[in-house]
Amino acid sequence: MELISYQDEGQFVSGHVACGGCAEALAMRVILNTVGSDAIGVVSPSCSAVICGGYPMSAVKIPMFHTTLESAAASASGVKRALVAQNKPDTTVLCFAGDGGTYDIGLQALSSAAERNEDILYICFDNEGYMNTGGQKSSSTPLDAVTGSTPAGKTTRKKNLIEILAAHRIPYIATASPSHINDMRAKIEKAKAIRGTKVIIVLIPCLPGWGVADNAAVRTARKAVEAGVFPLLEIEDGVNYRLSVSEKGDSIESYLKEQKRYRHLDADHIARLQAETDFEWRRLQQRVADSPARNP
Amino acid sequence: MDMRANARGVLLSGNQAVAYGVLLARPDVIPVYPITPQTPILEQIIELHSEGRMKAELLTPESEHSAMSACIPASLTGARVFTATSSQGLLLMHELLHYASGARSSIVMCNVNRTPASPWGFWPDQLDSLAQRDTGWIQVYSESPQESLDGVIQLFRVAETANIPAMICHDAFYVSHAVEPVEIPSQLTVDEFLPPFKPDIRLDTTLGRSFGAPADQRNWNNTRRDLDAAMATVPDLVSEAGRLWGDLTGRHYAPLEEYRMEGADVVIVTMGSMCGTVREAVDAMREAGVKAGMLKVRLFRPLPMAALRQALEGVPCAIVLDRNYSPGTGGILHQELKSVLFNMKNAPRLHGLMAGVGGVNVSPAKIGELVAQYRDKEPQVGAIWVD
Ligand SMILES: Cc1ncc(C[n+]2csc(CCOP(=O)(O)OP(=O)(O)O)c2C)c(N)n1
Ligand code: SF4
Ligand SMILES: [Mg+2]
Repeated sequence: MELISYQDEGQFVSGHVACGGCAEALAMRVILNTVGSDAIGVVSPSCSAVICGGYPMSAVKIPMFHTTLESAAASASGVKRALVAQNKPDTTVLCFAGDGGTYDIGLQALSSAAERNEDILYICFDNEGYMNTGGQKSSSTPLDAVTGSTPAGKTTRKKNLIEILAAHRIPYIATASPSHINDMRAKIEKAKAIRGTKVIIVLIPCLPGWGVADNAAVRTARKAVEAGVFPLLEIEDGVNYRLSVSEKGDSIESYLKEQKRYRHLDADHIARLQAETDFEWRRLQQRVADSPARNP
Repeated sequence: MDMRANARGVLLSGNQAVAYGVLLARPDVIPVYPITPQTPILEQIIELHSEGRMKAELLTPESEHSAMSACIPASLTGARVFTATSSQGLLLMHELLHYASGARSSIVMCNVNRTPASPWGFWPDQLDSLAQRDTGWIQVYSESPQESLDGVIQLFRVAETANIPAMICHDAFYVSHAVEPVEIPSQLTVDEFLPPFKPDIRLDTTLGRSFGAPADQRNWNNTRRDLDAAMATVPDLVSEAGRLWGDLTGRHYAPLEEYRMEGADVVIVTMGSMCGTVREAVDAMREAGVKAGMLKVRLFRPLPMAALRQALEGVPCAIVLDRNYSPGTGGILHQELKSVLFNMKNAPRLHGLMAGVGGVNVSPAKIGELVAQYRDKEPQVGAIWVD
C-alpha cells in the first residue's frame, strides 16, 4: 500500500453537494490543489458543475466560468487567448467536463481545440454516463452496462476516446483514477508544465449511476485499474505510450460484482467482457512496445 | 362494446402524458437527447419501447443538434417523427429548426419551457421557445398534462397535413412534472383521428426527388411564399383537429380559449400553465363582483390574428401576462398583441406585464392585485416588471 503524499492548499472547500462518498469530489480536491491558485476554470453542465456550487456559493477557490454542455474546450480556448492577450500566458486554464460533455456533445469542440493545440488542461470526469440528467448512456458507457436509456444493457462498446485524441498528436494524454492519488497528482503536475493541449480522463465510479455502495467508489475504481478495464496510462505526442500500472489481474469479475449495472450478466456475457478486456490490454501492450521513445 | 369508449383515467405527469400521446400516435422514428426537465419524456418512451409497446426506431445521438438533424430527413423519408427537448437543447437546435420548416418536414416536438442560461436555471419560463418564433414552426402552448397528451396527437395531424413542423410547449415542472388524472384515449380513437403519414413528395428511390439543393433567389423566395401559404391554413387545421378530437373524446380544443369572457370589462391574456392560475384568479374576481375574464392563447404560431381581434373587440381593458422577457422590448405576447390590435376600432387598452419571469411564483391573489392596479390605468407602450 502506497502512502498518499499530497498537500492540501484549501483550493476546494467543504459544503459542496456531491453525493456522499462520491470520488469525483476527491479527484477535484487533488486536481485543484495540485494546479494551485494561478488558474481559471471552465466547467460544462455535469456533476462537476454541481459540485463547484450554485450561486452564490462556490466550493472552489479559483474563478470558474460555467459554460454550455457542448463548449468546454472552445470556452477554455477563449479564456486562454484572453489571458495571453493580457500577457498572462502562465495562468493555467483548466476544463472540467463529464464524459457526455467530452465523448459526445463536446467532442467537436475538443477535437478542434486539440488540432489547434490550445494551451488548456482538459479534465474529463468519466462516470460513463449522463449522471446529471439521471443516468442515461453516453458513448463512454461500456458494453453491457445498464443505464436509463439502455435498460437491457448497452449493445455497443465504450468509445475509445484515448485513441481518437492520440490521433490528434497532442502533447499529453493521460488516464487517472481516484484510487491512485499519487499517480493522479504526478500527472497533473506534469501536464501543468506542458504547453499545448493536455487531456486527462479520470474514472469516476458513480454511486447511483453504476449501483455502487456508498463506501465503494474508490475500491471500485481500484478494481477497474487492477483488472485492466481502465488502464492507467500516459501518451506523449500521441505516440509514446507508458503504463503507470503495468500488470493486470486475470479476472474482471470482482470489478463487475461491485456494480448493479452489470448485475444482469450471465457467465457468457462475463466471458465476453473478459475477452474484450484482454484484447484491449494486449493491444495497449503493443502500443507501449511500439512507442518510438522505446525504439530510438 | 364501443372500443372508443375505453378511455382510462390514470395519474400522469405532463411529461408522461406526452409519452403516452406519442405511443398512441405510432411514430416511426424518435431521435432524442436528454435534458432536465424533458428527461422523463425520454425515459417513459424508452420504457414503453423496451416493453415492446412502442415500435419506433429510437435514436440517441450525441447532441440535440444531431437529434434534429436526424429528425428532418427521417420525416422527409415519410416516417412519422417525434422528438422532445428543452431550453439549451432547443437553442442548440436553432439552426436546424429553420431547416426543418424550410424543408417542409412534419416533425412533432415537445419543448419543455425552461429558462435559458446564463446563469443556469431550471425554471418555468417561455423564452426558449418564444425565441424560436421566426423559425417557421407551429407552436402550441399547453396548460395541463391532458392538454399535452391530446395536443401531441392533434399536432401530428396538423403538421402532416400542412407539412410544417410543430412544437407543443409546456412549462417546466408546473406541467412537465405535475401529476393529474389524465384520460388516455383508446388506440382505435387515435387511429380514427390520425391517418397514416404518406407524403406525396418524399425521399424515395422510386421517386428520385432531392431536397434542399441550392436555389436561386426567385426559387428561394418562392419556398417562403409556399410556406406562408401553408402557414395561413394552420389556424383552420388546428380548429378542425380540435373539433374532431372533441367529437371523439369529449375534449374540444381551439386556437384560442375564452374563459368567463361574457360581459368582461377586463380580460387577462396569457399562455401555458399561467392560465390555470388565472382561471382561479378570475373566479375569485367574479365572486367579488369584478367582471374579469381570460383569453388563453393556445396557438401562438401562426398567431391566430383574426380570432384574437374578434375575441378582444369591444373589451375595455386587456392585460397580457408574459412569463418571458425579450431584452429591449419586454414581454413577447404583449408585443404580438400590440401588432394584432393595430388600427382596430374598439381595441382594448392593452397592458403588458412581465409576471413570473425566471419561474418566480405568481399567485391567484397577486393576479387579482395586478388587475385592480392596472385595469383603469392608461397603458404604457412598453412592458412592466411586476413580480
Ligand atoms: C445543449 C444541452 N443539452 C442537454 C443538456 C442537459 N444536460 C445537462 S448535464 C447533461 C449530462 C452530462 O453528462 P456528463 O457530461 O457525462 O456529466 P455527468 O453529469 O455525468 O457528470 C445533460 C444531457 C444541456 N445542459 N445542454
Ligand atoms: S451522481 Fe454520481 S458522479 Fe455525480 S456526484 Fe453523485 S456519485 Fe458522484
Ligand atoms: Mg458522465
